[in-house]
Order: sequence, then C-alpha cells, then structure tokens
Amino acid sequence: MLKILKNRRFCKTLTPSEQKKVKPVHKLTGMIHSFETFGALDGPGVRFVVFFEGCPLRCVYCHNRDMLDLVDHSMMTARELLEEVRDYKPYFGRKGGVTVSGGDPVFQPKFLLEFLKLCKKDRINTAVDTSLFTSQKVLDSILPYVDTFMVSLKHFDSGIHKCLTGVPNEQILENLRYLSSYVGTAKRPKAKLRLRYLILPGYTDTRSNLSALRKFLREVKFELIELLPYHTHGVYKWEELGLRYSLEGVKAPSKASVQRIKKMLEKEGHKVLLNE
Amino acid sequence: MSKNISSRAAQKKKALTPYRKFKPGTWQKAVDVSNFIKKNYSVYNGDESFLVKPTKKTVKVWGKTKQLLGKELKKGGLLGVDTKTVSTITSHKPGYIDQKNESIVGVQADKPLVRTLKAHGGIRLVERSLEDLGYKISPEIHKIYTEDVTTHNDAVFDMYYSWDDFFTADKNLFRKEGLITGLPDNYSRGRIIGDYRRVALYGIDRLVEERKAAENKKFDYMNEENMRARTFLHKQIRALEDMKKMAASYGFDVGKPARDTKEAIQWLYFGYLAAVKEQDGAAMSMGRIDAFIDIYAERDLRDGRYGEDEIQQFVDDFVIKLRIVRHLRHPEYNALFAGDPTWITCVLGGMTAVGPRGKAGKSMVTKTSFRMLHTLENLGPAPEPNLTVLWSQDLPEGFKDYSSRIAIESSSLQFENDDLMRPYHGDDYGIACCVSAMAIGKEMQFFGARCNLPKLLLLAINQGRNELTGGLVLDGVKPLKNRAVLDYKEVSTRFFGMMDWLAKKYVETMNVIHYSHDNYHYENSQMALHDIDIHRFMAFGMAGMSIVADSLSAIKHAKVRPTWDKKTGIAKDFKIVGSWPAFGNNDARVDSIAVELCKKFTKSLRKYPTYKDAEHSLSLLTITANVVYGKHTGATPDGRKAHEPFAPGANPMHNRDKCGALASLNSVAKLPYNFCRDGISNTFSITPQTLGKNEEMRIENLSNMLDGYFKKGGHHINVNVLNREVLEDAMKKPWKYPQLTIRVSGYAVNFIKLTKEQQKEVISRTFHKKFY
Repeated sequence: MLKILKNRRFCKTLTPSEQKKVKPVHKLTGMIHSFETFGALDGPGVRFVVFFEGCPLRCVYCHNRDMLDLVDHSMMTARELLEEVRDYKPYFGRKGGVTVSGGDPVFQPKFLLEFLKLCKKDRINTAVDTSLFTSQKVLDSILPYVDTFMVSLKHFDSGIHKCLTGVPNEQILENLRYLSSYVGTAKRPKAKLRLRYLILPGYTDTRSNLSALRKFLREVKFELIELLPYHTHGVYKWEELGLRYSLEGVKAPSKASVQRIKKMLEKEGHKVLLNE
Repeated sequence: MSKNISSRAAQKKKALTPYRKFKPGTWQKAVDVSNFIKKNYSVYNGDESFLVKPTKKTVKVWGKTKQLLGKELKKGGLLGVDTKTVSTITSHKPGYIDQKNESIVGVQADKPLVRTLKAHGGIRLVERSLEDLGYKISPEIHKIYTEDVTTHNDAVFDMYYSWDDFFTADKNLFRKEGLITGLPDNYSRGRIIGDYRRVALYGIDRLVEERKAAENKKFDYMNEENMRARTFLHKQIRALEDMKKMAASYGFDVGKPARDTKEAIQWLYFGYLAAVKEQDGAAMSMGRIDAFIDIYAERDLRDGRYGEDEIQQFVDDFVIKLRIVRHLRHPEYNALFAGDPTWITCVLGGMTAVGPRGKAGKSMVTKTSFRMLHTLENLGPAPEPNLTVLWSQDLPEGFKDYSSRIAIESSSLQFENDDLMRPYHGDDYGIACCVSAMAIGKEMQFFGARCNLPKLLLLAINQGRNELTGGLVLDGVKPLKNRAVLDYKEVSTRFFGMMDWLAKKYVETMNVIHYSHDNYHYENSQMALHDIDIHRFMAFGMAGMSIVADSLSAIKHAKVRPTWDKKTGIAKDFKIVGSWPAFGNNDARVDSIAVELCKKFTKSLRKYPTYKDAEHSLSLLTITANVVYGKHTGATPDGRKAHEPFAPGANPMHNRDKCGALASLNSVAKLPYNFCRDGISNTFSITPQTLGKNEEMRIENLSNMLDGYFKKGGHHINVNVLNREVLEDAMKKPWKYPQLTIRVSGYAVNFIKLTKEQQKEVISRTFHKKFY
C-alpha cells in the first residue's frame, strides 16, 4: 500500500477528459460491451452475464479495463437485449438468471432500469454487479427489480479508496447500509445482498483494513461474502489499450493468506465463498 | 460338520425358483424383457449415500487386473495374442484373473488381456495387425482363410472390382479417395447390441425352443426367402447352444434362468462374452441393464440373500471384466479410433414411455444405476464400459446430481437426451457405440462409418479433382465462373448437387458391404438375442460439418479469395477478407447453414434404396478420426489450413466458439435430430474453476447446464471437466497418470494411450474458461 501512496503518480486523480468519461449516460438504448453466455461465477446458479460499458470508477487493478470507456458501436435496446437472454432461459434452473455487470451497470441507469423491468416481467432472476457509486435515487429506482445485488468492497480508508479507484468511499458505504436495511425486509423479502472483497496484497489485506472490514460487516446484513484473490489475467487488456498497468509486480496472494482471511470471516459468522 | 452346512446351502440354492416373487406379466408367455422390467423394477429417488466401498475381494481382483494392465501398457499396449486359434464361442478354455476372489468369471481367451483372431471379417487385416505387433499367423490358418474360406472382405472386394462405377474417372478405386472412409469392408461392422438379459431371464433352453418353434411356424414353405431365413435362424440356434457349452466350461448351466443377482449378472455376461469371442466390431455395446439387474438385487436384499456390499462387489467385478475386453486392431484402425476403444456402451437411467408419443412416465433410475456409476469411484476412472446417462428433465434430482458429480470427478461420462430418443425408440433402448439409439433386441443397424464433407466441397470447387493428389475423381465438373472471389450461390448449388452424387455411391457401397457381412461374417450369437422380426437402420455419417458450414458462411458473408495453382488449376489456399459468423456462437446466419446441411444430406441418402429396406439414418460423429480426416484434406474456405484436424463430431471448430459455453451448446442443439437419427455428438470441455466456485456449485451448475442443453433439443454431450495444464503434464509424464480418462467423441480414452498427434489435438480444443 505504501508504494501507491508514496508514489502519487499511481494515484488516481481523474483528468478533465477522464471526468467526462465517468459521467453517467441517461439513454434508453444501452451500450453493451459483450456477453458471457455461461457465467457460473457471477451470482447464484447459471447466469447469462451482460457487460455494460462505462464505469464511474477507474480501479488500478481493473480486470475489465476494456469495458470502462464507452464505444458507441454496440448499441442495443432493452428489448433486443432481453431477446438475447431469453434464448438461454432453459439453462437457468431455479437459481440462475441474468447478471448485469460491466464496467458498472449503474453508469447507464435509465437503460438498466428498463432492462431489469423487462427481465422481471419475463420472470428472469436478476443480479446486478455494481460499485454502488451512484445516487440513492438511481438505487431506489432499480431496487424493486433486482434479486441479488453484488457489491464489491474496496477499501475502508476513503483516501486510499480514492487512490485505488479514483473515487472516495463514503457514498458507496452509505448506499450499502441503505441496501442492507432494505433487502430481505417486507418490501423485498427475497432480494439478496452479496458482498465481494478483492484481496490485493499489500493494499486490501492489511491489518487495519481487515479490521475495518470486520467492523463494517457487523453493521450490515448480507447473504455471503465472496473473496476474490487478486490475479493478473486481465493485465493484457491494459497493454492492448496502450495503457500503463500501475500494479506491475504485485503478485497474487498466497493460498495461506487467502485461507486466513476466509477463516477470520467465518469466525465472525459470515458465509464465505471462494473459488476452490 | 462344515460339509453338512455347505450341502444344506446347496439344497437351499437348489430350492430357489428363478421367478419367485416376481410379478407376472406378458414376459412369461413370450420373450419380453421390457415388460418384465416394467412390472418388477423399483424406482430409486434417493441420493448416493447408500453406496459402499469395494470389498476385500474386489480390491484383490482389481489389484491383479491393474498389474496386468500395467504390463500391457509397458509392452506397447499388447499383452499377448493367440495366433494359433480362430476365436469362436467355444474355442478357448476358461480363463481367470484371480479365480479364488472373482465373483463374475469369464475372459475372451484362456488368459486375460490376450487378444484373439477373428478371421471371417478378413484375413489380410488380421495378418497386418499381427505383423505390426511382431507376430505371425499360424500357417494352417493362413492357408484356410486365403485358399479355402471366403471372408467378408473377399466378398466385398470381389464386388468392388467388378463394379465400374466404383472407380474414379482416373481409374482409382473410389474408396481410396478419402471421401468415404472407415467403412467396415475389411473388418467386423459391430454396432449390434444383443439382448444379453434374455440369457439371464429365460435361460438358453427356452430361447432355443422358441426359435425352433418359429422356424416351422413362420417359414414353413421352402421358398428362397424362407430357406434363407431358416439358414440364419439355424446359425443363431447353434450359437445359443455354444453359449451353453462355453458357460458349462466355467461350471455354470445357463440353460436354465438365473436365480439370483450373481447369476443374473453372470448369465448376461456370458451372453456378452460369446459376442466378443465371436466378433470384434469396432463397437460391441452392452445395452441397458441397470433396472434389469436391480430387480434381482432388490429381491436378494429383501430376502437377506445378499447385502449391499456383495451386490456392489458383483457389479464391480462385472465392470472389471468389461474393462479388459480386447480386440486385435491394425495400425490404420488405431489411427482412426485411438486408445483401443471397445465401446461397451451401457445406458443408465431414463424414463418409461407413456402413450404413442413416448411421453415421460416414471423414472427408470434404480439403485443399480448408482452402483454402475459408483464403479468409477470404487475402481477409479476408466474409459470402458462407456457409461451413458439417459438424461430426462424429469429424472430424480439425486441421480442428476450424482451423475454430474461423477462426470466432474472422472471426465468418463457421456449424457444423451432421453426425452428426444424415447418417442422414437420407446423405453427399452440402448446406445450402440456413442450415439446410435436402438430398441434392445428389436432394432439393429448396418454401420457405415462416415463421409468427408469438406473434401466434397473442395471437389466442387476444383472441377471434380482431389485437392491433394490432383487426380480426377468425378468427370464433367465445370470450372467455377467466379474465380477471384467465391460466389455463395454458385458454390453451394454445385456442392449440394454433388452431395447427391456422393449419397448414391455411399448407399450402394453400404449395400455391398452389409450383404457380404450378413453372408460371410454373420453375428450369430448377437442376432440370436434379437427378435426374429427386426427393424434395421442403415447408419451413414458425415464428418467436418462445422467446416463446411463455416466455409459457406465465409463465402456468403465475407470475401473468400482462392489461391489457384497455376499448373493444376486447384485451389491451394483461401484468403478471407472481412468478418463472418462461425458455427458455435448461436448465430442464426451460420447455424441455419449447418441445419440445411444435415437435412439435405439425409434427403439425398433417402432417395436411394437400401439392402433389406433398412431405414436411412445419419450421424454427426467422427470418433477420433477427425485428426486423420484433417490430415488428408486440403485447405478449406473457412481459413482452416491443409492437414489441420477437423472438429470432432458436430462440434464447432476449435476456439471459434467465442460467446461462451452456452452459445456453443445452443448452436449444436439446433441441429435437427429427426434428420440425424444416428446421433449428434458434442464434446465439451470446461475447467473446474469456470464451472463453479466449489464442488456443490459445480454439480448444480452442470446439472442445470445439462437440463438446458437437452431442453433446447441437444442430443448428446461428452463432459470433460479439467485443466489443459493437466493434459500437458500427462503428455510429458504419462507414468503419473495411468487412469487419466478423457471423453473424446462419443467415447472415453485413457489419455496416455492416445498418439502424440491426437493428444495435441485434444489439448488444442476449446476449453471454456473464465477467471475470477
């Protein structure tokens, strides 16, 4: 962590042109990056994963760097997107469905809402994989149509959070508390909240951050927390885009350290999920 | 004292009547195993928790077997050959692995893993196989089969050489052009499933009686047709009597029906053993035995005659016997069908059929369906028997999840769509080879290997010339008008026209082969375990479907520029400008071309009458021949380079399916089963980490994936759950992976038994993979 803080060059302060790129788009047609027809790692059961383009964050470790900027060539209406998904309904079983990921789907809130509404009308289970860096208004609008929220926790120190992602963490944590008070209540008894936690060696696995995580998890209600050990499989995407990957040299965490974090969270009484 | 007890036990056994406590039905009046099963079997809706570990005896027998298998592998895949005896049902003395500990006995020769000669298919190939292995046939056998006896192979080639149309315009034997290959014109055709259960349920005496009675009732006037029928019937009766003799040499009287589980398994195994002593067809499949055996097992468990450990021991021992069935193969055969497969395909599960449309009734999953799968845990993974789960949406969850679990752990299972096949074949069908469905004892097929469609496409582009040799195969094919850029309409019209020409030749060739096979290498014992009146299929096949679909798609949607050889006028290569949809991405623009290919070829075949009025059927299945086919095929308009392997079966071409696993499955599921009734094979590989985060999730996801694929209309799928790195390591350090099994195309192989070339091809296939 120290490396990133000392060397401000790595720290994410958005340039004016970047700031333009991270402003949400309110349109009824969506900008879709791609699909993964068999998603077994993004929410409950077998899922059709739609990757939306655009993201308000610029995480230094992003493994989908190619999805962050908007490219207009893949425009779709919500209905067209639904048609794509419908072809895979027989695979969904009882738990599976569609997962909206990206980028960050809340970056195209109007289109997202439209699509989620259509899915629910067609009785398709929905999951949204988001940073929650959005307004409570957007959150309120999509809440009735989401079965599972998947929210990735980054860092509990807002300054470091900003360094890692380009944005502070207050709004995200506030939204998370709001969500936690909402899911599983009478209003949406079946809706679920899943948390994800990236283990980035030297950054998110420090003693102080883990203890902040523990404390935070005691405050919120959620189904489970998924541990995502950092990997470098997405680095080539940065290179392809001619971008500098600032975490060069950071290695994947050891199995032992991942297990240690898993045990720590299980001891707290949380359900922990890990790709074994 | 001890003598007293054993004689009392013997008396007790004597008093056992075979049909005690069985529910009556039409099965008592006539041979009707299916009726017996449905009247008597008990559905099992639970999970795998009742299963037991192998007994001490099993551990001993399997231990000895593994030693033998190790020796066989060290000796280059061959432990021994009996070069002095032509194998028949009664030719060899009894053989054992570990007599004291075996509960099910019988091997093909007088020792396990020794291969035997089956000379009636054709002596030349047998001799070539032996030479390749460093053996020589005995001079007497050589003389008899070259001078005195007409073999199947002799008969076929007599007919080939006298048939002008079987030669190309350049006077080459058509068979050598590589358009139709793997034909059973010099070896046994196989793919016939005897109803081995009949031996157990009725005993041989009753089966002989029944045939004798039919002889005079059905064929009483001595005209040619009836005399011919009687000739075959007599061959069958003799085979049944031989079966009894062979069993007697092991100390069993199979004249009478089996009286308990052990006998039932032993009896039906003797029926099968007779078949593999007599024939060595590529596929010698087992059929459907789970619910049948289970009826005996349930009765014995209820009566306290046997415990679960003993029942599992019988099943394990039976499976050990099936794992050591061996045939003598020649080098070309091994190149086509790698890894020494025998296709002892055994189907498990499925549902009963209700009403004329075969709607799903009750589950046919029994505890023995579980026990059969459990052998992969008790004995470790293995390619044989070729365990095939008949999947229905309505199967009990416990069985779905257990078979998914075993598939994930062993990569040794294939799954086929019961809901798709049941309406055609009822609820007592099995699978021959990989994907060929037939009602047990009621349907058979004339196996016909496959034709090379990409080669036909190249013939259409190259004025009827073989693209590699330049030889003129078909006269009168004019050069294409559009030579700079291929024109979709021109190429496709010409291609489909030539498909008809190929279909005619294909059907005629098959007629020649099966007429000869019936006359000179008839499956006496297997046909004795069929009804007298049977339905026949003639099973054609096509290889390289995805290459032709992709080629036509590229020609239609992009610009394909051939590089013409100036001297020969043959297209040596193709350059593609622009993008085009490839098969395997759930894209209607190309998937529809694939569907059209299947329909048109079947329609072409149906125009030409078959031997014995067999029903035409078509498969999309290559076995491992996709490598050899590729080797003998020039560059294709889809950008595939000359000599590169084809995709296996109905698979999309390697790594062209880019939209994830389900898009790939959806494309294959669109292929119409009613035009490909001999089966549509799909081989699917995924890494465990992509299938789910932990074991529980992987099982659930695989079950859901199978539900979805079959709901979409998919017919067959091989499931491999492994990492490419494991295979790469096994290539380098084969000794570390003696039991590593992988599904290739309708069957499984010991990975280390594949040739280097085939190993590389398997590794280069699409592995659906995702990181988190």
